[in-house]
Amino acid sequence: MKPRIAIFSLTSCEGCSLAILELEDCLLDILGAVEIVNFREGMTERSWDIDIGFVDGAVSTPEDMKEIEHFRECSKVLVAIGACATHGGLNTLKNYQDESDYRKYVYGDQAARFPTIPAQPLSGVVDVDYQLPGCPMVKEEFLEFVKVVLTGRTWHLPEDPVCVECKRNGTLCLYEKGIMCLGPVTRAGCNAICPSYGAKCEGCRGVVHDEALKAAGINLREQYDVDLQDVLADLRMFGAYQEKTLP
Amino acid sequence: MKNVTIDVQHVTRVEGHGNILVKVESGEISRVELQIVESPRFFEAFLRGRRWYEAPHITCRICGICSVGHTCASVQAIEAATSIEISEQSTMLRKLLLNGEELQSHVLHVYFLAVPDFLGVGSVIPLASTHPDVVKRALRMKKLANDICAIVGGRHIHPIAVHPGGLTHVPRAEELLALKRRLKEARADLQETANTYRTLKIPDFTRETEFVSLKTVGNGEYAFYDGQIVSTLDRNPTNVSEYRERVIETVVEHSAAKHCRSAKSPSYMVGALARFNNNYDQLHPSAKDAAGALGLKPVCHNPFHNNTAQIVESVHVVENSIELIDTLLTRRLTEEPLVEPTRFGKGVGSTDVPRGILFHEYELDENGIIVGSNLIIPTGQNLANIEADMRAMMPGLLDSGMSKEEITLRLEMLVRAYDPCISCATHFLDIEWV
Ligand code: SF4
Ligand code: SF4
Ligand code: SF4
Repeated sequence: MKPRIAIFSLTSCEGCSLAILELEDCLLDILGAVEIVNFREGMTERSWDIDIGFVDGAVSTPEDMKEIEHFRECSKVLVAIGACATHGGLNTLKNYQDESDYRKYVYGDQAARFPTIPAQPLSGVVDVDYQLPGCPMVKEEFLEFVKVVLTGRTWHLPEDPVCVECKRNGTLCLYEKGIMCLGPVTRAGCNAICPSYGAKCEGCRGVVHDEALKAAGINLREQYDVDLQDVLADLRMFGAYQEKTLP
Repeated sequence: MKNVTIDVQHVTRVEGHGNILVKVESGEISRVELQIVESPRFFEAFLRGRRWYEAPHITCRICGICSVGHTCASVQAIEAATSIEISEQSTMLRKLLLNGEELQSHVLHVYFLAVPDFLGVGSVIPLASTHPDVVKRALRMKKLANDICAIVGGRHIHPIAVHPGGLTHVPRAEELLALKRRLKEARADLQETANTYRTLKIPDFTRETEFVSLKTVGNGEYAFYDGQIVSTLDRNPTNVSEYRERVIETVVEHSAAKHCRSAKSPSYMVGALARFNNNYDQLHPSAKDAAGALGLKPVCHNPFHNNTAQIVESVHVVENSIELIDTLLTRRLTEEPLVEPTRFGKGVGSTDVPRGILFHEYELDENGIIVGSNLIIPTGQNLANIEADMRAMMPGLLDSGMSKEEITLRLEMLVRAYDPCISCATHFLDIEWV
């Protein structure tokens, strides 16, 4: 029996689901190895007997709350794909504003008709078996994950910071150009794609471990002339780190 | 059929969550609604407080399909608000990037979302075994489109290199040459796409409506990246900064996305068919030939032909990309620093993305912090028009002797023909209920 796969979306841009369709070279092979039984963006049929359920999006409405519980019940293995699902993603930016204010700004006097709750990752509500972070998730990592899991092995995320990949690529470090980059604190696995396109790492794959964050805090305070509020704002962008101060 | 209720929860094969509700009581159509149930995301609210240069990287996350389109509208709005003028090279690279997304989205829509209806299957998946050549061709074109985006912007879903003031990365000449070779090879695939498409039976339905799009005024090129606002009912161009003269947003009870009307009509259509109807003259000759072969002529009022227009535009986009690459290579690619802002104020940007014209407006404070924004999304603009089409279609469908299932499928096909991107559409500001 082929494993039965489902792809769901909560509050998101659905970019992580769509990223799967961007694996053009191996899409047909994937379709040969698994059976897609539920994928609203791509198909009409829907089934709820699921071996592996992939979910993109944050839990950000009461409806999301109900849906993720349902998906969890129906899926033997539940995988959070993308920053929205693993860390809350960009959706968490609203959490820093007063709820009645942001609702009013967008919905005026009809705010009551559009229920919302503070955005949180799937793991805030249900048990999640695996996390594939990134905004969007890294499609090559997704592919590797599928291969590993289908052959019964265990999956681990890289434990290095993005800088390791960046140095391996031979990219000129952005700090040399006076640009503050979150590479030192962010989990590798994206092949440091942003620095190789000239842009700073925005931390979309989450903080790799607390020690990295501590070390970065010390370095930034001692060696660089940067406003720590800017660093915190950068770290908030994808929900990577949501505290008010650096450790 | 005297009493019929059609209630499709979560229309499939569209991006985002939407329902269709149609009620016929004693032979009279009492309700026709495309209900938007997508979660609210509060982009306009949480942009407040973020820094000016972050807007493109934040707003591209409104939608995974139209990510480059949002990036282009957003970056132009920020550049208007900061009086930045970018180089010609940057403009050309951004246009090439956007071409990649237009092609990617059109191929995805025609092959993955719409064609299964015509072939009577629920998804593209069974086609992989019954029509493997068709699926492989679709994937080949989609990959080319993705690679255009990856080479220019770093990736398609949430491009990296576009930054106010230009781009943070310049592709290498060899990369562009390799793309050009593949673009030339794609001509045959597009020809085959048109051949396949010609065999499908497009529902025969017309309803006169207004078509709104960008236009490059004068003898310029077919507009995607920028231009002025025109429509089939008002051909006098309007600057994008004055978009509120042309686009009036209203809010309706059943939809978490705003509806739009224009100064001229209670509803209008945006997207490939709208651009085709307004800018046919500026299409590449090969695209005009494709339109001729597919029997598409401006002004076409059958919304199902939006798919046809997508194929015609795909031909144009491939030819235009080849031309852009030739020009970029002749001029030689150079590393350029980002142009710095000279002020912080208000600005509007508009791009005609795969699904239609899109507006971003921002207000910055004196430190460059975003203090207000308004975003108008293609699907929001099409919603009222889709409902008007459903309303106009229903009597004919009820009289035709079609079963309830067939009518439902036809309504879903109509919704899919517009290629709605519902996750984009959930956005409100200045609510006013009608
Ligand atoms: S993580 Fe990013 S790409 Fe994925 S769904 Fe969320 S916003 Fe979209
Ligand atoms: S550019 Fe960023 S990711 Fe690369 S080495 Fe420097 S800090 Fe690390
Ligand atoms: S470089 Fe940083 S921001 Fe870019 S994809 Fe990797 S983790 Fe995300």
